[in-house]
Amino acid sequence: MSGHLGPDILARARQLISLYPEPRSALVPLCHLAQEQDGWLRPEAMAEIAELVGVTPAEVQGTASFYDMLHLEPVGTYLVSICTNISCMLDGGLELLEHAEEHLGVGAGGTTPDGKITLEEAECLADCDHAPCVQVNHRYVGAQTPETFDALIEDLRAGRRSDEIPSHGTLIRVRRDGGLRADPEQVASERAAMAEAKARRAAEAAEAAGGEGGS
Amino acid sequence: MAVTDAPRIVTARIDHPDSYTLERALATGAYEGLRKALTMTPEAVAAEVDAASLLGRGGAGFPAGRKWAMLRQSPVTYLVVNGDESEPATFKDHLLVERDPHQLIEGVVIAAYALQVTRAFIFLRGEFALGLERVQAALNEAYAHGAVGADIFGSGFSVDIVVHPGAGAYICGEETSLLESLEGKRGFPRIKPPFFPAAIGLYGEPTVVNNVETMSNLPWIVTNGGAAFAALGEGRSTGTRLFALAGHVRNPGVYELEMAKTTFADLINAPVLGGGVRHGRELKAFIPGGVSAPWFGPDQIDLPLGQDEVGAAGSMLGSGSVVVMDDHTCAVRASWRITKFFSRESCGQCTPCREGSGWLERIMERIETGRGRPDDLDLLLDACDNIAPGLTWPPQQTTICVLGPSIPSSIHSAITMFRDEFLTHIKEGGCPHG
Ligand SMILES: Cc1cc2nc3c(=O)[nH]c(=O)nc-3n(C[C@H](O)[C@H](O)[C@H](O)COP(=O)(O)O)c2cc1C
Ligand code: SF4
Ligand code: FES
Repeated sequence: MSGHLGPDILARARQLISLYPEPRSALVPLCHLAQEQDGWLRPEAMAEIAELVGVTPAEVQGTASFYDMLHLEPVGTYLVSICTNISCMLDGGLELLEHAEEHLGVGAGGTTPDGKITLEEAECLADCDHAPCVQVNHRYVGAQTPETFDALIEDLRAGRRSDEIPSHGTLIRVRRDGGLRADPEQVASERAAMAEAKARRAAEAAEAAGGEGGS
Repeated sequence: MAVTDAPRIVTARIDHPDSYTLERALATGAYEGLRKALTMTPEAVAAEVDAASLLGRGGAGFPAGRKWAMLRQSPVTYLVVNGDESEPATFKDHLLVERDPHQLIEGVVIAAYALQVTRAFIFLRGEFALGLERVQAALNEAYAHGAVGADIFGSGFSVDIVVHPGAGAYICGEETSLLESLEGKRGFPRIKPPFFPAAIGLYGEPTVVNNVETMSNLPWIVTNGGAAFAALGEGRSTGTRLFALAGHVRNPGVYELEMAKTTFADLINAPVLGGGVRHGRELKAFIPGGVSAPWFGPDQIDLPLGQDEVGAAGSMLGSGSVVVMDDHTCAVRASWRITKFFSRESCGQCTPCREGSGWLERIMERIETGRGRPDDLDLLLDACDNIAPGLTWPPQQTTICVLGPSIPSSIHSAITMFRDEFLTHIKEGGCPHG
């Protein structure tokens, strides 16, 4: 299933994997990378991620489906998230969501027919002093009124905010400079020690289970 | 009481527009604490943190020094920083990661040195796109500056730091769920015991998990000494703490205040802080420590912002977030929205939490939308009692993690304090607030 992720994404994926004690830890970051390429998680991408981190495609899908930010269906160019949790609710969050649904002609979770905007009702986005809080592609755009919201949508549709807000899926535009710097020998011995400790625990567990079974 | 002139410990740098750059950070003393720590023994650094009596700032308020001392000896240990910040109304770590990433990184290296850990992970919620970029950029700068990586500042100590993005799940803020997530799995909390991270953590290895704000205090503590930190505040609540104030106040925002020396009244009403309830309205109620916490009424406003004081009054300081509701607020609607949140975010492993939150949400919705039934209040309290028997505070533990037993807090508070409002909703078939 390899070949779906482009060379740049693949190189970054390999770098990410090298940062963790076990490749599987890179699963979620790799899903973000796949979304940067495709805007959502295509089955081909999940299969390739599975290969890269050494699990089955079903495990990637099963894990991804747990997380709100990982999308198993296509998403619009701009994901507009409106928080309606307590602080935002106290400041008109529910009313703003209702207005947005009317203005865009889609319910929360829906995408406009032009494929530009997906609307989402969000839980607290940790920006409660700018309520009601709105994010576009997980970038804060400040508290919105129905009027400023309509202007925001117009700007997004016209591509006027594309410099500060990349299209959906691109999360972290700053790349890590280089891999691990701590002494490779130290890291290697660390990994060996970890494997040893794991084996020891497994043996102990087996022994304990055996002991119980025998008594 | 009044607002004290305690030093700003974690927000000293943030007023500079370029506070997140290495240049500004170095010009304002960044990495001096780390340089000092590296001249000390790891044990001596840990002893300063212990002397500071720094309580964890993530919600549970466990002393950081004691947690560190519990780390099981092992050839491999890890440090994981909790920047998931998803407890509704909590937005202090947001400020710290965006506005002062070098302070966080410096704190992480100091902790890594004290714990002799060679790899640390900073887990940030995925919705912090800017925060993730700021911390990654600062980390690149810190590596180039020699403050992270191999042979830090020529000391012989090495540690790598990895920035890890989450992907949207409140439960991943719970430390064992966070570790599962960091292992590339669904964020299902692990049962404690035996899975205390300090004993069995990331990939089974002993792991210290600490909050972003906890880490951000370390540079100041090492520079000024644990005793100077402990001299601030009162009792167990030492130092300063970030309070995130939201809701119906004139000036919502994050305020750094000396612990236990300032009251909720100061935070909400002082002109330099919250500025009072807006639009000339009256205070109806406030939530003192995140939506898991039981509510307080106006008669509790003079309580000090201290962990034990708030605990003794039947709630918790929790994540340091305070939500103010004015007298036009519908208590049913507010507690319904909080319940809906828990119902959406329950990971589903435990029956009382999974089923209970859904039940409660459906009953609350029907009351709020005018379809409530006369016996719904009893039904609500009965369901709450099934999740957290006796409805005591702190709640009894019936589930794998404490999300479940936290669910009844808002409903129980709202019914206890504003029973008439529920009855009016049911009797009049709708919300009197519109
Ligand atoms: C449901 C739930 C959500 C939590 N969310 C967070 C969070 O977003 N950030 C955090 O630091 N701690 C959170 N915690 C607390 C962590 O489990 C843990 O106690 C904390 O990260 C330890 O760091 P500290 O000792 O420095 O506070 C949460 C706990 C629970 C039960
Ligand atoms: S209490 Fe709720 S969130 Fe916590 S483990 Fe159980 S089901 Fe999951
Ligand atoms: S409640 Fe909306 S951002 Fe926190």
